Amino acid sequence: METKYINISGLEQWFDAISASGKRIYAPVSARGQVDFMPVKHLNEVAKEYIQTTQSVKASVYPKAEVLFSYEKVHGKVNLTDFDPESVSETVLWKVHPCDAAGFKPLSAIFNWDTTDKLINAHLLKTTVVSYSCATADESCFCTSVNGSPGNVSGSDIQLTILSDGGAIAEILTAKGEALVALLPGVFEADRGDKKEKYLVDLPAKFSLEEVNAKLNKAFNSTVWKEQSERCIGCGACAFVCPTCACFDIQEDTHGSKGRRIRCWDACGFALFTMHTSGHNPREHQSQRWRQRILHKFSYMPERLSVVGCTGCGRCSRACPVDMNILEHITSIAEQ
Amino acid sequence: MEKLRGRAAALLADGSVALIIGYEEGTKRPRPLFCRNSESTKKLIFDSRCINNLAVYITKKELVGKDRIAVTASISTLRSILQLYVENQLSEEKLLVLTVDLNGELREFVTFDEISAYVAQFELKRGEREQEILSKIEGMNREERWKFWLGEMSHCFKCYACRSACPLCYCSKCVVEVNRPQWINPWPAPLANMEWHINRAMHMVGRCTACGACGDACPVGIPIDLITRKMMKDMAPEFGYIPGQPAKQGNALSSWKLDDREQFIR
Repeated sequence: METKYINISGLEQWFDAISASGKRIYAPVSARGQVDFMPVKHLNEVAKEYIQTTQSVKASVYPKAEVLFSYEKVHGKVNLTDFDPESVSETVLWKVHPCDAAGFKPLSAIFNWDTTDKLINAHLLKTTVVSYSCATADESCFCTSVNGSPGNVSGSDIQLTILSDGGAIAEILTAKGEALVALLPGVFEADRGDKKEKYLVDLPAKFSLEEVNAKLNKAFNSTVWKEQSERCIGCGACAFVCPTCACFDIQEDTHGSKGRRIRCWDACGFALFTMHTSGHNPREHQSQRWRQRILHKFSYMPERLSVVGCTGCGRCSRACPVDMNILEHITSIAEQ
Repeated sequence: MEKLRGRAAALLADGSVALIIGYEEGTKRPRPLFCRNSESTKKLIFDSRCINNLAVYITKKELVGKDRIAVTASISTLRSILQLYVENQLSEEKLLVLTVDLNGELREFVTFDEISAYVAQFELKRGEREQEILSKIEGMNREERWKFWLGEMSHCFKCYACRSACPLCYCSKCVVEVNRPQWINPWPAPLANMEWHINRAMHMVGRCTACGACGDACPVGIPIDLITRKMMKDMAPEFGYIPGQPAKQGNALSSWKLDDREQFIR
């Protein structure tokens, strides 16, 4: 790992060099009253004044819908076309916040738990993450309560901390990061000794993960789930904006003798998610589905995958139509 | 506010109702509150910031059970309640409706006729944002409109917040979840999204009361409520509807008459 300084025009030149290299660049763009990751060509297209993108960056490695394989039956013989890892383009994710970058670890842990997932690994292999540390936060942010911080480098290949002169401290963290710097090494200057901490938002922790975990271990039959989830209307907004939610559905797109098998996003908040063919539903009530959401992120994942399933980005709280605020709910569990 | 809280506490204390669905202060804006005891009624609020349509909860069996309940209702919620009643989803014996009128007075409705008379005083209004986008869309030709909506729908990731927030989407199994046959492709993709949204709109024709809950709920900012609002506007003169009032003569696409003026239906 190496720390460098890059000035404001150097940043623009470097961005143009990445763009010219043929890599796809996804960055936050302001459009339709929202800020979200979209393909960009120039640095001036990247959104400036905002706290957080509405959606997480996860769709770039785990698309909303992706073809697992396609097939065609010709004269009694089935021709199968498997997912081709080579079809994935080299991608740079630009201006990812640390809470989003930290999401790649739990996401990867889920998809590689028992068998390794060809698709997500192909995307991750071809993805380089340039994160921006956070100078601002809002009342939904709580990364510091879930092992993160506004300057956390987990999941990043390069982290930029924007300085008051518009230049940046560039922490080059991985070989992928080095390769990206190598596209225009001349714009990177020696570290000036700028103090990164000075440019980070102060975000005190709101709860202790250990305390929450201890409470959750005894909370399966608690009345808290029903109390908290009464107003939940059972949509999937929280899951779909989340950087770590990985539930999926497998669907068949068949047309006559050919078709595709598609993996698409699903959500544990949906009543249909656990519905059996028999009609029995082990998570019949919304309270059971809410309990699953919380326990999965804060209890099952730390236990089985050694990683907490929440990065404190606060997107679910911002997206919820009925103010199911995860920080408020977790804090109240910790305080019980 | 004190009157509302006092009345709510009294209704729970004397057993008139088992549950009061209202609003409390939330972390960013007011949110739904479920009062099952007098103590919790102290949190009740009711003002113009309370925008969730609480009618969405009163058809949820796991929430309301078989008991008589009360709900604090905005004009939008009142309109939804009337439509739910027309569709035989509610009974007067099981529901007490409370509201605070323009003079700040607490009003109680025991019958749906009382609600109907009260709601008739209020004209259905469009917000500035709605009017602005609607005017833009009305100025487009067919191809431009298709392009506009296809673009908007491409942002949809099928979280179904629009469906979940809608008081009139009370089906226990939605058409999008039927898989024998699979009418609608369930994965998110521009055309599959369009299939879902066209289906949703067609199921809302002549039923939608224009509360805007679907548009408010959409996390990706699709002005989805405008589709049904525009349909309502176009249908009103043809089918004799008054926008914002319940379709007492039946829903346009799910009712028929022997004396229909169109030949094809006979």
